[in-house]
Amino acid sequence: MKRSITRLLMAPSVLLLLAWMIVPLSMTIYFSTINYNLLYPGRNNFVGWLNFEFFVTDPGFWIAVSNTLILLISVLVITVVLGVALSALIDKPFHGRNIVRVLLISPFFIMPTVNALIWKNMMMNPVYGIFAWISNSLGLEPIDWLSDYPLMSVIIMVSWQWLPFAILVFVTALQSQDTEQKEAAQMDGATGWHIFRYLTIPHLARPIAVVVMIETIFLLAVFAEIYVSTGGGPGYDSTNLAYLIYNQALLQFDVGVASAGGLFAVVLANIVAFFLIRAVGKNLTV
Amino acid sequence: MAYLNITELQKHYDNYHALRGINLAIEEGEFIVFVGPSGCGKSTLLRTIAGLESSTGGTIQLDGRDITELASSKRDLAMVFQSYALYPHMTVAENLSFALRLAKVDNDIIEEKVKSVSASLQLDKLLERKPKELSGGQRQRVAIGRAIVRQPKVFLFDEPLSNLDAALRVQMRLELARLHKKLGTTMIYVTHDQVEAMTLADRVVILNAGQIEQVGTPLELYRSPNSRFVAEFIGTPKMNLIPLDNVIREGDVLHLKLLEASIDFPVSRIHGPLPNQVTMGIRPEHMHLVESGGDLTGKVELIEHLGSEAYTHIRLANDQTVIVKAPARTNIKDGELVHINVDRAEVILFNESDRVFSVVAED
Repeated sequence: MKRSITRLLMAPSVLLLLAWMIVPLSMTIYFSTINYNLLYPGRNNFVGWLNFEFFVTDPGFWIAVSNTLILLISVLVITVVLGVALSALIDKPFHGRNIVRVLLISPFFIMPTVNALIWKNMMMNPVYGIFAWISNSLGLEPIDWLSDYPLMSVIIMVSWQWLPFAILVFVTALQSQDTEQKEAAQMDGATGWHIFRYLTIPHLARPIAVVVMIETIFLLAVFAEIYVSTGGGPGYDSTNLAYLIYNQALLQFDVGVASAGGLFAVVLANIVAFFLIRAVGKNLTV
Repeated sequence: MAYLNITELQKHYDNYHALRGINLAIEEGEFIVFVGPSGCGKSTLLRTIAGLESSTGGTIQLDGRDITELASSKRDLAMVFQSYALYPHMTVAENLSFALRLAKVDNDIIEEKVKSVSASLQLDKLLERKPKELSGGQRQRVAIGRAIVRQPKVFLFDEPLSNLDAALRVQMRLELARLHKKLGTTMIYVTHDQVEAMTLADRVVILNAGQIEQVGTPLELYRSPNSRFVAEFIGTPKMNLIPLDNVIREGDVLHLKLLEASIDFPVSRIHGPLPNQVTMGIRPEHMHLVESGGDLTGKVELIEHLGSEAYTHIRLANDQTVIVKAPARTNIKDGELVHINVDRAEVILFNESDRVFSVVAED
């Protein structure tokens, strides 16, 4: 009796959440199996696996998959390595430490669109960007970042955006490190590098796992930076899966193929998550 | 030239003078305890010897070598910390061998040393465990083992027992004493607990406000403190300190006048001139309750029964309270009038500036 009342009372929220998930998912699955092009309304016949075939055989498909993975891995490596290094650097008290910390964290508050615009127009522009000015001052040929190294440019922008998050997590974690342990290691003959290697890194294992997992969720779906800066180009050079799906749906108006791509992205995310959790997840149990 | 020599050691923080000229000579194999109230500088002194704090003046010499400016890892010292400071991601075996592995000692030698140390500390069954899987006492033993493995010239202990419960503390105290007997290595031990100081030390160093107040064997400090601070710090319950009404000198004898009492004290037992105001110090066990006669009379305020003995708090006619030790099965009641006899040989005299100017009677 009591249990059924509990169920009854919980039902509305459970049903709402279920609908929240089920409706878009089933619509996506449904769209992915029909011919659904916005340019040819009314011809929504069932096509089976054809949309998937179109998506997978798209000339940009394998490039987009590899770009997605390259972007993910590069940004993870850059943010974790630089994040740990910078956090360790600002862990010791020095004059103006609070200001430095605020400056290091602040890129996180800038929205991705603005971030991409700043990098595109003020830093990487080959004519009036700061990098071009530096090259010119040194007598070098300015680099046209967005056309010559499009994926690298996106990686730089996204890393700049996500480094503060890593620093925020690592700085907090470092503050909870026991100073007596470091002193004990010091007396045991450990150098600064030994302490970092044998005490600090193991201490950071769990925060690193958390940073990797949270960043993965967002990095698989990077879109604004690409849309604003390179537009996925030149060619498919900086197109990732999210951008390819957008391309199918809203540039080629093919909702069916886009839905198939969306489902593929879900599968890819699960594969990546499986390997990542296997790789870093065991740290979580320590 | 002693084994460890500390000369005029100074430590200034930004606006705090933590060590004010420490001079101390420690012989090889001694068990030295630094004791004092919190903030007296005992931990700072230990950390300065360890090299974890830099000194701002003076020198430290160990075994004929000046180590004042040396990095702590090069000083040949090992330290046991209050929080044990075990490396949480390493097993017990890895914790024990960390210093040796850093020093690139041969693997066979490391294994042998870890084995012998863990056997002597009953850690041999725990070698593969991580620190968080150990009890407080076991962690303590790992911390001690980590120090022993390195065979340092001096062991430093920073309040190592204060995180343990009372029963375990007594047990570990005994183990430490046994360990010192076995190893014979010089040990320096910091505590705020005078029982640990009295039971463990060959010599106790009492610190107060960044200075050494007195150095001596536990019994010396107990019987002949040289200041009011030491007299009050050592001993539970505290020594009774009673300001005297008057002191009259008559030939070779001083008459210590307190209320109705007149206690004779030989002039040969004081040094220096007689101060204007004299305070008498006498420990609770050196005053005795008597049926009649006696030196002083007072009213019993409170009796503390400890089982093996009882402490009676007695208010004298001048409103001063003294504590007198009584037999365990005393039949004295609260509010009763009692007579107190003072053991003359154990009386200590303090001058106005709280220094002792008498000497203890020869046994």
